[in-house]
Amino acid sequence: MNDLSNSQIAFLDACRKHRRIVHISRIAIFLSFLFLWEFSANTGIIDSFIFSSPSKIALCFWEMSLDGSIFVHIGTTLYETILSFFLVTFISIVVAVLLWFNRKFSEILDPYLVVLNSLPKSALAPLLIVWLGATPLTIIVAGISVAIFGSILNIYSSFSQVDPESLKLIYTLRGTRRHALTKVVIPSSIPAIINTMKVNIGLCLVGVIIGEFLAARNGLGYLIIYSSQVFKMDWLLMSLVLLCIMAIGLYAVIGIFERRYQR
Amino acid sequence: MKPILELSGIYYSYHTTEGETPVLSNISFALGKGEFLAIVGPSGCGKSTLLSIIAGLLEPERGLIKFDGKYHQECPPGIGYMLQHDHLFEWRNVYQNVTLGLEIQKQLTPRSKAKAMELLKTYGLDRFKNSRPSELSGGMRQRAALIRTLVMEPDILLLDEPFSALDYQTRLTVGDDIGQILRKEHRTAILVTHDLSEAISLADRIIIMSPRPATIKQKVALTFQLEQDTPLHRRNATEFKNYFNLIWEEINNNE
Repeated sequence: MNDLSNSQIAFLDACRKHRRIVHISRIAIFLSFLFLWEFSANTGIIDSFIFSSPSKIALCFWEMSLDGSIFVHIGTTLYETILSFFLVTFISIVVAVLLWFNRKFSEILDPYLVVLNSLPKSALAPLLIVWLGATPLTIIVAGISVAIFGSILNIYSSFSQVDPESLKLIYTLRGTRRHALTKVVIPSSIPAIINTMKVNIGLCLVGVIIGEFLAARNGLGYLIIYSSQVFKMDWLLMSLVLLCIMAIGLYAVIGIFERRYQR
Repeated sequence: MKPILELSGIYYSYHTTEGETPVLSNISFALGKGEFLAIVGPSGCGKSTLLSIIAGLLEPERGLIKFDGKYHQECPPGIGYMLQHDHLFEWRNVYQNVTLGLEIQKQLTPRSKAKAMELLKTYGLDRFKNSRPSELSGGMRQRAALIRTLVMEPDILLLDEPFSALDYQTRLTVGDDIGQILRKEHRTAILVTHDLSEAISLADRIIIMSPRPATIKQKVALTFQLEQDTPLHRRNATEFKNYFNLIWEEINNNE
């Protein structure tokens, strides 16, 4: 391992340099954006009442974390998102399995799933409020409704793309359709299920925020709507920043799960 | 000798909305215990379909199949079917792959596990029992697939072009290697192939099928005057060329 050729060393150096440039550039964009924002807000190039500024956002976060109110909002949104995410994952796997077991059933339901999937789910939110009231239940159902149909379609299509010859193998070993499901179809679809989960976590967050816009007393979605109505732009932008961080965090958790599976 | 398997008047057609395609037409033959039968014919003539029917995966439209002199209901017991591709699953290691059939049949007993280990040793795979299938070479994968079939202790082994996915050199060595083991253990087997030399070097008897709808054109019994009747020796024997020409002509003679 120690006696690498010069060309190999040069190659490794180039790789390292490439990675470093990508890394530094990413951080530089972030810092210069923060700096430019802060600078133009302080010097009056932009109106800090409307555009706020990084320092005001940080201060605002500090004040709200002193009285603990911000954690209630974050916690509410996080809880609702994670709950609807788990429900979506569970329901869509169960439904996909049922569709896989009965081809006639899946063919009959196909147009309904496609229509429900393409329907803009934000349009459902007002309906849900009337039906279920302005409760956390409405928000969780809103989160589920955004992700569930696409999730079912993705998982089912992965199920039905399993090589028929692999299924034939199970039948030659005198297995049943249930064996085909547990020994081949589900294990081979795990990567597709994880990819669907990655999409779902983002979609559930979208659904929960839509729900909170309309039917909440807590949560970041509520905070965004409330602060825009009372022109507290610091609150609004802080909520957006927190949503970004939350999205990154949730995505990272699934990434960890995926890497653990791949090992 | 009482045949272990007997087919009489098997007919089969594929149906699509465009129409009906007759695939097998009046197929009848018998297979003795310990016999190694090869079925050759042009590609797409329905050889694999025939194996699927014998294995009970497809129902013939007409005709009867007898095992050990008895007509079977549903899935016949004691049939091992080796497919063209190995279909080893990447989410299982080699040992878990070869015991898949036992697991499905709920036969994972200490005895059957020991049998699996013994077969892995016989075929030189015991060092790889904890490896992923992707770490094996093509020949080793095929051997693992064979073990997965043999560990179920089948009375009849169905081989559907089991070597055709391998490159030529591996194919010769693995084909001869596996063929030799199967012959030595006097396994009853049906090999489907479009490779004539493979069929001649392995089988006791060859059935030649016509293009679709397939009928049996001729049955050729193979006898070699050899001290050691191994696939490799057969390839060098004088009879080999004669049989080859005979079968070649029969296949290409399409009046």
